[in-house]
Amino acid sequence: MHQLTLAEIARGLADKKFSSEELTRVLLARIAQLDPQLNSFISVTEELAIAQARAADARRAAGETGALLGAPLAHKDLFCTQGVRTSCGSKMLDNFKAPYDATVVARLAAAGAVSLGKTNMDEFAMGSANESSYYGAVKNPWNLEHVPGGSSGGSAAAVAARLLPAATGTDTGGSIRQPAALTNLTGLKPTYGRVSRWGMIAYASSLDQGGPLARTAEDCALLLQGMAGFDPQDSTSIDEPVPDYSALLNGSIEGLRIGLPKEYFGAGLDPRIAELIHQSVKELEKLGAVIKEISLPNMQHAIPAYYVIAPAEASSNLSRFDGVRFGYRCENPKDLTDLYERSRAEGFGAEVQRRIMVGAYALSAGYYDAYYLQAQKIRRLIKNDFMAAFNDVDVILGPTTPNPAWKIGAKNNDPVAAYLEDVYTITANLAGLPGLSMPAGFVEGLPVGVQLLAPYFQEGRLLNVAHRYQQVTDWHTRAPAGF
Amino acid sequence: MQWEVVIGLEIHTQLATQSKIFSGSATTFGSEPNTQASLVDLGMPGVLPVLNQEAVRMAVMFGLAIDAEIGQHNVFARKNYFYPDLPKGYQISQMELPIVGKGHLDITLEDGTVKRIGVTRAHLEEDAGKSLHEDFSGSTGIDLNRAGTPLLEIVSEPDMRSAKEAVAYVKAIHALVRYLGICDGNMAEGSLRCDCNVSVRPKGQAEFGTRCEIKNVNSFRFIERAINSEVQRQIELIEDGGKVIQQTRLYDPNKDETRAMRSKEEANDYRYFPDPDLLPVVIENSFLDATRATLPELPPQKRERFQAQFGLSAYDASVLASSREQADYFEKVVSISGDAKLAANWVMVELGSLLNKLGLEIDQAPVSAELLGGMLLRIRDNTISGKIAKMVFEAMAAGEGTADQIIETRGLKQVTDSGAIEKVLDEVLAANAEQVEQYRAADEAKRGKMFGFFVGQAMKASKGKANPQQVNELLKSKLEG
Amino acid sequence: MALERSDVEKIAHLARLGLNEADLPRTTDALNSILGLVDLMQAVDTTGIEPLAHPLEASQRLRADIVTERNNREAYQAIAPAVENGLYLVPKVIE
Repeated sequence: MHQLTLAEIARGLADKKFSSEELTRVLLARIAQLDPQLNSFISVTEELAIAQARAADARRAAGETGALLGAPLAHKDLFCTQGVRTSCGSKMLDNFKAPYDATVVARLAAAGAVSLGKTNMDEFAMGSANESSYYGAVKNPWNLEHVPGGSSGGSAAAVAARLLPAATGTDTGGSIRQPAALTNLTGLKPTYGRVSRWGMIAYASSLDQGGPLARTAEDCALLLQGMAGFDPQDSTSIDEPVPDYSALLNGSIEGLRIGLPKEYFGAGLDPRIAELIHQSVKELEKLGAVIKEISLPNMQHAIPAYYVIAPAEASSNLSRFDGVRFGYRCENPKDLTDLYERSRAEGFGAEVQRRIMVGAYALSAGYYDAYYLQAQKIRRLIKNDFMAAFNDVDVILGPTTPNPAWKIGAKNNDPVAAYLEDVYTITANLAGLPGLSMPAGFVEGLPVGVQLLAPYFQEGRLLNVAHRYQQVTDWHTRAPAGF
Repeated sequence: MQWEVVIGLEIHTQLATQSKIFSGSATTFGSEPNTQASLVDLGMPGVLPVLNQEAVRMAVMFGLAIDAEIGQHNVFARKNYFYPDLPKGYQISQMELPIVGKGHLDITLEDGTVKRIGVTRAHLEEDAGKSLHEDFSGSTGIDLNRAGTPLLEIVSEPDMRSAKEAVAYVKAIHALVRYLGICDGNMAEGSLRCDCNVSVRPKGQAEFGTRCEIKNVNSFRFIERAINSEVQRQIELIEDGGKVIQQTRLYDPNKDETRAMRSKEEANDYRYFPDPDLLPVVIENSFLDATRATLPELPPQKRERFQAQFGLSAYDASVLASSREQADYFEKVVSISGDAKLAANWVMVELGSLLNKLGLEIDQAPVSAELLGGMLLRIRDNTISGKIAKMVFEAMAAGEGTADQIIETRGLKQVTDSGAIEKVLDEVLAANAEQVEQYRAADEAKRGKMFGFFVGQAMKASKGKANPQQVNELLKSKLEG
Repeated sequence: MALERSDVEKIAHLARLGLNEADLPRTTDALNSILGLVDLMQAVDTTGIEPLAHPLEASQRLRADIVTERNNREAYQAIAPAVENGLYLVPKVIE
């Protein structure tokens, strides 16, 4: 039963082949049995899950239908869930029981989805390996000595290990797409403003976006449908109608123009990954897509710009964690400054503190223009590159990551080395574009992802291309040994 | 050495919205601590701000009223600093692109001259909470009810040259925001607070001296006193060979002196940057036009109209127009009584001193405009004299009813029957035969003085009710006779 | 431009992060290596380019001025480290 996709679960529940409660109990047992190997969950909310499952079964018995009614999920532990610990992977929020639900959590609950718990993540979503969590590193089910990617590494590992069919994630610089690629999943970062950020604890407000992680594009469509839409509580939420994503999956891609940016295939890319990407391109060509080489000349500046903008916003966003109204407070502060400095130094991990300091520095008097403003200008150059490219192509395709999952601890001594792994993903965040990663094969038993980018609000097009691709390939159906 | 004082003011006005600037919490003053602090006001993880349209409308109204450029593309920025009454560790404010740009406001000085004060800018921001320093087991208590209340911070040019000018400017802003209905102006509750930037320089010197900022001065009287004591401190310091250090100070009204604030000692680096949770605010021309159409008549126009329409002096007009409530009261009295000068006199003098004595504002006046207007009608139709009117006014203030009721029950109706007055006069003259003799023997100059004596006696005999003009005329003819 | 130890101390205080003496050299090195990466950006010619703060360049939506929140103090303060009489407590602040 744990092998079922969201779409299969929806059919099974509709056909009364099993109840949500039965399914939920199977998955909870599987989590209890297997997660100790992976560490993908921070909190498993067993009682709540059973209660939600029963409620969903009752709603169905009363005649209600819906693709997510009774479907088991989990939330990345930065989506606030009322009365449940929402830790952000940090000691700072280890004791934080959120007093409200994030919009994403509330919408999915209203649709009848069953939340099994909260998944592990890099602390405050800062990381690409899920090693910076206060709750310990998450392991990649494809090889337990390797990282699952980050920062939505818990969601990715759990779904890849078939502990559940799908989970929510967030993507600030690649945090959905990169772990999806490293664990053989399909993950979608929507257009900035497509999914509400209310209740999603901010890392970098102008880059953060919630989205689905699942095994198939079809499942991503189902989950995104439940997450997306205008929210008056989020000023950056866009009031655009949400299309029926599932209805768009099967459209023909005959004549679809796919651009391959030459900058995505340069130095730094593992040639074995390059080979797999080209194979996926061939599959798409067979489906009628037309391939063009394009250029995104400012791509190389994205990492420096990102590592100014994201830390700058984070340094300000994380100022509210001061030990006064919620969260960790140091013992016996001797004065106000001591309260602040110790609560924050003891509550935040090293990577979070580093980014806060980089951000504070980039915004400080005398450096603002050289760092923050310069980064925002580069941001426009990057957006302009994409706007020009989308005049000629419908979708941009490239690798999601330059390398497969690395060994846990391999990049611990050099934060910058890990930053470079985001090279292909962060441009979409800077430009606010939707991006999707889907399985494209394996290198030494470790999964490889291919990334698709589309113009604003073209999530449907990404899901369509990915779904058609998944109809003719079987990478996405492969499961890691032992799970 | 002759010193010149240079003052610039930052006035924080709490906008009179129902809900906060970025959340749906109430802005009511004086509620139980933290009962009006929502998730957003508390800066909970994951929350986001959404801008209140009424705060925007009010800021635009203010901008239009001071002839300012309106920032039709204005941007909210974060001002980052740690303080316990600032829940997010940053204040949402405006930095580079404020909603209101350069404008100006004219103030009338005591000698009647008008001075134009430049307004550099006015921007929207959120208020902070309150720190309560009373002893909570050696701690400071934080109440976040006020956090997120919309503020319009109005920044003036350093155009004022004395504490009196500064007060006149604050009063003009105070009157204006109340005219516009965008702030209740209640300084005791902190609805309008003032930071005073004060420096001194030798007269004739072009560059400014080093300034100190006196934070949060919350009454007209204290503004004047705080500035004067700070000016004196700076002059004494410089004359003793010292140097003014730029710093933030607090005014202690009990000691009548300013002192440096400890919490502001370290130089702040606020790391302003555009708030990524909010988008630029775009103000369309249609919105500007619609807002302009709702602007009430403002003090300068009202002043001019009072002079032109009612023939009032510049001084009277400016006093009456100084607050919307007073101007409205005055105009109502005029409309009932039909005599603007009489109305101006009564509103400014008798009503003014009554309110002063009772410590009340005009909207709490114990004598309504209707009552006063009704009484003035009785002066105009000679039912009562001005002197009796003061009695009637007092009785109205004591709640004894309308002027007509008081005149009736107390029998205060003026006597205008010349027969009756003559009878009284005859009695007075008969009772004072000696004085009559002296009067008739005296020269013109002396007669003038003595005449008053007879008038006084006659009014006394008539219990003040005899028409004074008739008394004058009849008495003159009788004495001459 | 490399950060000195004193710069790092200043930044840490600005961000209210109590730095451990022992960690200072390592933190300084890490920050300098991040800034080294970031500084690659300085070579980019951005003359005449408008900064981009938000990808979609939309404008702010305004909310109607309506009170929608009710008192929820008890629930919100249940997760607070220190409260008394409805107030959040911090070590004594001297103004």
